[in-house]
Amino acid sequence: MNAPVAHRFGPYGGQYVPETLMPALAELEAAWCAARDDDGYRAELDLLLNTYVGRPSPLYRARRLSDEAGHPVYLKREDLNHTGAHKINNALGQVLLALRMGKTRIIAETGAGQHGVATATACALLGVRCVVYMGAEDIRRQRPNVERMGLMGAEVVPVEMGARTLKEAVSAAIRDWVANVGDTHYVIGSAVGPAPFPSIVRDLQRVIGDEARAQVLEAEGRLPRRVIACVGGGSNAIGTFIPFADDAGVELIGVEAAGDGLDSGRHGAPLTVGGRGGVLHGSYSAILQDDEGQILDAHSISAGLDYPGSGPEHAWLRDSGRARYEAITDADALAAFRTVCELEGIIPALESSHAIAWLLANPDPRPDAMDIVCLSGRGDKDLAEVLSQP
Amino acid sequence: MIAEAFAKAPGRAALMPYLMGGFPTIEASVEIGLACAENGADLLELGIPYSDPLADGPVIHDAGTRALAAGATTGAVLEVAGRLAQRIPVVVMCYANLVYARGVEAFAAELSERGVAGMIIPDLPFEEGPDFLAACDAHGIALVPLVAPTTPDARLAAIGERARGFLYTVSVTGITGERTGLAQGLDGVIARAKAHTDVPVALGFGISTAEDAAAAAAAGADGVIVGSRLVRAAAEAHGDPAAAVGAVVRELSAGLTR
Repeated sequence: MNAPVAHRFGPYGGQYVPETLMPALAELEAAWCAARDDDGYRAELDLLLNTYVGRPSPLYRARRLSDEAGHPVYLKREDLNHTGAHKINNALGQVLLALRMGKTRIIAETGAGQHGVATATACALLGVRCVVYMGAEDIRRQRPNVERMGLMGAEVVPVEMGARTLKEAVSAAIRDWVANVGDTHYVIGSAVGPAPFPSIVRDLQRVIGDEARAQVLEAEGRLPRRVIACVGGGSNAIGTFIPFADDAGVELIGVEAAGDGLDSGRHGAPLTVGGRGGVLHGSYSAILQDDEGQILDAHSISAGLDYPGSGPEHAWLRDSGRARYEAITDADALAAFRTVCELEGIIPALESSHAIAWLLANPDPRPDAMDIVCLSGRGDKDLAEVLSQP
Repeated sequence: MIAEAFAKAPGRAALMPYLMGGFPTIEASVEIGLACAENGADLLELGIPYSDPLADGPVIHDAGTRALAAGATTGAVLEVAGRLAQRIPVVVMCYANLVYARGVEAFAAELSERGVAGMIIPDLPFEEGPDFLAACDAHGIALVPLVAPTTPDARLAAIGERARGFLYTVSVTGITGERTGLAQGLDGVIARAKAHTDVPVALGFGISTAEDAAAAAAAGADGVIVGSRLVRAAAEAHGDPAAAVGAVVRELSAGLTR
């Protein structure tokens, strides 16, 4: 009997879904427990990660950013992965899992389009049908990614409800899954959703932190003092943090979107602002909601952080004191985006720019300061947005 | 209260219309509820509008969105529940986060004070529900669980044991909304539900016509729940949504007593 998956992280997590999905979640959990310890599954995934995605991704000592910060700064280069972000780690793992389960149809949600492109890519590679739900507003903002998904044979379904962005796309994907649960697997894109999804996504993304930890020990002979990653739902952050969780001397810092500012009410920082927990998209976690429990719209210049929920394990890392969460405004993220371009010749995703902006605003004065930042994706997708800013 | 309503239903099965609280307005939703009662409803299911209703199709989601935009609050809809409960047994349908927001215990207490008979939480499987069940039991509120065609027998038995009031049996693998060709396969769904519980079995999701309702009753359902069809009638009504909904309820009722 394989070890089961944790359904709760402290008080957070759980399975708040329609009854129709409960057997599918149990089936998924059993399949994941079997797959994750199966040599054949691991070997196939590792082969694809190495020869198709291009892993391991480099851990790069950022020369001029280190000068700027006054201490060594390492960038974990997930932007160099095939499809340009960390999302492919999870998408490939879950599509392979779905095929093991005999599923013949894959659905996914996407905000900026990075997870949609990653899932469409995995489906093209592995020869399975793919449907991606995307808010109509995001389709307008992220046209090139819509075209990419189409080229790879995926069907992109516009979601016209509510604010027509990521939250509604997740809801639409869950509704599709409720109706087609027999033959369909839902590849959720972040460390959110009902159990076992947050654990599966974490396990598939921890390759980021596992590699980074080994790479920094190889390069420096010691661990960093701080590990920094941006947090929307929190998949790149949880994958980066977890391998360092038992290293007591390593601070873990998650950077959320402060949007127009935390006081403006227009942000995507539920972990930072705190307050009562709540249920969104199948799990209990830190969320943006009003006093009545209605879910609020998030705001961020970065579509990937424009989400009112957060992964339940992050809420627990926060409450237990193991990680802390702070937020960076649109304006500061944009400035950091330009700084990384100019100092390093790297165009970072706007999401990852939040993590860099936090680092630039919080230099570490300790003599042994050393940071690792997860550069979760590349910013080609964001050029139009950035260049349209005054 | 619920058991009596099922027992006293004059036809072959109890008729339970669903309406969205606060849609199109708070007052209109009271009138719609009363029109249901006058036209053959045996119980009412009253939805509390929610921003992200995962189990609902576009008709009910849209009605909830419009109710919220028109200023409906949980408190105002619970007042509607209280007013309607003076006339007919009312079961509130409410997503888990709205219950958490008021507090599980406080929510059950308020339902009880307002004379509400039961509560359905469509995103609360029994594993997450012990606190809710305890609070509802303590306040005499029936926490009505759902079962689906995908629910395996062992799970059905576990849910059936914990069922209070009635067992909400989802007719199809999917979300709420009108469908054609519903009647096929209902016998099996209903028989399986009845074999695993002692409370009445009510069928819902996708029932929209008098023929659907009659087929559900003929297949052995103790009750039928009709939602999207009635919410659509309210949405499409010009001037008098209560009359429009009442007319459809009358047809459904005739289908059940024919």
